[in-house]
Amino acid sequence: MLHATEVIGAQTFDSLGNYVGRIKEIFVEPADQPNRVARMLIARGQYRPLVARYDQIASVAPGRIALTTDEAALELYHPNEAWLAVGKDLLDQQIIDTNGRKVVRVNDIDLSDHRTNGNTELRITQVDVGLPGAVRRLLQGVVPPMAIRRLQSKLPARKILWEFVNLIEPDPLRRVKLRLSSQKLAALHPADVAEIMEELSPDERQGLIGSLDEETAAEVIAELDKRLQTQVVEKLEPEQAAHILEEMDPDAAADLIASLDSETSKGVLDEMEHKEAHDVEQLLKFGPDTAGGMMTTDIVVVSEDATRGEVVDYIRFHELSPDQIDSVVLINKDAAIAGTVPVARLLLSESDSRMSELVFEPLLSVRTGAHDKEVFELFDKYNLRSLTVVSDEKHPIGTITVDDVVSRMHARI
Amino acid sequence: MADTTTNSGGLAVWKARGQNFLRRTRMTRRRLALFLAVVGPGLITSNVDNDAGGITTYTTAGAQFGYTLLWSLIPMTIALYVSEEMCARMGVVTGKGLSDLIREEFGFRSTFFVMIAALAVDLGNTVAEFAGVAASMQIFGVSKFISVPLAAIAVWFLVVKGSYRQVEKIFLVACGFYLTYVVSAILAKPDWLLAAKETVLPSLHFNTEYLLMLTALVGTTIAPWQFFYLQAGFVEKRVGSKQLKHARLDVLVGSISCMAIVFFIIVCCAATLHKNGMTNITDAAQAAAALTPLAGKWASYLFAFGLLNASLFAASILPLSTAHVICEGLGFEAGLDRKVKEAPAFYSLYTGLIVVGGGIILLPKAPLFKILVLSQVANGVWLPVVLIFILLLINRRELMGDHTNSWGFNLVAWGASIIMIILTVILVYAAITEPASTGLVGTFLHSP
Repeated sequence: MLHATEVIGAQTFDSLGNYVGRIKEIFVEPADQPNRVARMLIARGQYRPLVARYDQIASVAPGRIALTTDEAALELYHPNEAWLAVGKDLLDQQIIDTNGRKVVRVNDIDLSDHRTNGNTELRITQVDVGLPGAVRRLLQGVVPPMAIRRLQSKLPARKILWEFVNLIEPDPLRRVKLRLSSQKLAALHPADVAEIMEELSPDERQGLIGSLDEETAAEVIAELDKRLQTQVVEKLEPEQAAHILEEMDPDAAADLIASLDSETSKGVLDEMEHKEAHDVEQLLKFGPDTAGGMMTTDIVVVSEDATRGEVVDYIRFHELSPDQIDSVVLINKDAAIAGTVPVARLLLSESDSRMSELVFEPLLSVRTGAHDKEVFELFDKYNLRSLTVVSDEKHPIGTITVDDVVSRMHARI
Repeated sequence: MADTTTNSGGLAVWKARGQNFLRRTRMTRRRLALFLAVVGPGLITSNVDNDAGGITTYTTAGAQFGYTLLWSLIPMTIALYVSEEMCARMGVVTGKGLSDLIREEFGFRSTFFVMIAALAVDLGNTVAEFAGVAASMQIFGVSKFISVPLAAIAVWFLVVKGSYRQVEKIFLVACGFYLTYVVSAILAKPDWLLAAKETVLPSLHFNTEYLLMLTALVGTTIAPWQFFYLQAGFVEKRVGSKQLKHARLDVLVGSISCMAIVFFIIVCCAATLHKNGMTNITDAAQAAAALTPLAGKWASYLFAFGLLNASLFAASILPLSTAHVICEGLGFEAGLDRKVKEAPAFYSLYTGLIVVGGGIILLPKAPLFKILVLSQVANGVWLPVVLIFILLLINRRELMGDHTNSWGFNLVAWGASIIMIILTVILVYAAITEPASTGLVGTFLHSP
């Protein structure tokens, strides 16, 4: 096994044994092969630097590299954005460990060498984020390599497999060129991704959000703390922000839009689809500390005369998302609230039972103008999971779920 | 169930007016909140600058030279602002701490040596803070064997068990306690006119002692560790580049308020100690004691309380900031939001600094004097390094974009840095060759 810092700085000799120069940088071409060291940059003092391709490298030992060709066969170096520079882009930089779900700083890179027909290929295996890498970086060139190896074998290792490494590249264009994907990141729980984001700098955060699909981005943004939400959304293009906000629950979207400056929020609302924009605008009318400001307008409303079977078919037919059906709201002939039925009760009842028989007692609801403290008290007193919000005319217009209550109460602590 | 709607014509008008008023106050409040959300790092950092070592130096300066050093406060305010503003700008624009940036731009080895220096220098400074606690409590008749352990425990618990927001609020209150020096100065009945004149019109004296004191003033006012703390503060508060204006204002208010306090300390000592010929005061606690016959018991108590406040304040921030900087630079997990198990290096560094810093004061035959000389020397050696790192980083376009230094700002910043570097080199030289004459380090000779 080799380390990137043993290769960078190594003396290079051509096939005739003549000294060529020192390795200044090694590159991976992720678009081609995600872990192979594809090129090495050889600095030659005042002369223009050369590049050795992976198939031109005969053997690699710490501090010494032999080539399969002579110097004349090497190309001149031209910078290429699609090359990932191990020294510049990786060493000392932060990466995301998608397995451990945190941001870590790279001390060194572990490489394995593979002998193929006549040449040696280096492949990145792991990223060293622990003490051994740190000690090597510190002592390299001062203490003989073997002594360093002996010392670091006694230190506790902290390494991350290359497959679990998610690079942070703020520049979206370069991201595309490097073919970096955020698939593994997107597979994490949005709350974990949000926590990772909080450790990054604003540019890196923006790069990360940009690399996620809109649905995931919406989930992640919803989990960020308020201040960061605003910062992240304000820096997005209005169109992109609108698409992300459309994916969010209307109440979360409305809270977010309310915290943006008026120019940005107008731009975003203009770009949003009509229906979503309308929902959000309705919610924006309510004060942030009222039941109206806490509620989401995604609710399931059915007639109190319906049977359980009809309601279940209705829910299936409309493909409603599971998080918005904690309970079903019943209305009477005047479209006024007639009660709520928790989904759990729906589950346990016969298919032909009437909805009005399943109603949760007592009949609870709040007006849009109710103060949030009153809402908290109701949740506490009746052990609620959700609470229906009604207009002045008693029409159900939204629901407050327990997660909104928890996060608001948490914010007060 | 909420129901508060009773709509009659007259009521509706009043309701509308009320809402209008509410909306307006909400807007003003929002604007104020925007600023307050940013305020903190600049104000706190600059005030922590006036720590035990600082107050001692200002005291001796006032006692020995009266009002004649006051003119240096204005250029020092400028130097303080210019250097701190760069860190604030870096923190706000890049969203990264100073040690992070040094690591990313200059590699592991540079970072390692910067961090080792940070540890050594900050440990020395922490010792000085606990010496300040011991000295000030002595005025109130409390033995150092009680005051120092109590202070160490209080500091540890405050920071580890309190949330970031709570701690910051306590720190902001501590900033307010510096006003005791203003009261002390007023009680001392100084010659305000003369003080004002000496502040505006420089009166340079070319004798060694005067120049050394001038150097010591600069050396204690601009300490290297504060840059790390300041930048981390803005990063932690997630101040975005849109709020750069507010951040700058925070730094400006901080620099000016810090120097205003220095002004009052010097004036207080000039009007009492210097006027009555007690020019050989070498220690803030001594000064506080000497104030009793000259300006009354209360002036003395306030002076001692100010020293206690400053020492405790700095003793809470220094170890914390140091642990943070070192762990971040070297890639260990850091931060009070992590549990002890998740960030063992961070917590052991933090605890170690407090225990060792406080413990040294309690040793019966501690080479206190040598440690303090060494810490001052280290401070002096370290300052140029940190300043140069800051100036190199702030001028990197790929890092700062359009926020690099302008041509004029660079001129001022490099100029101020070079002057500070020269002055600290002189101070270091003096501290090595003739420790007692620097005042600043001689001070702790008498600490109990």
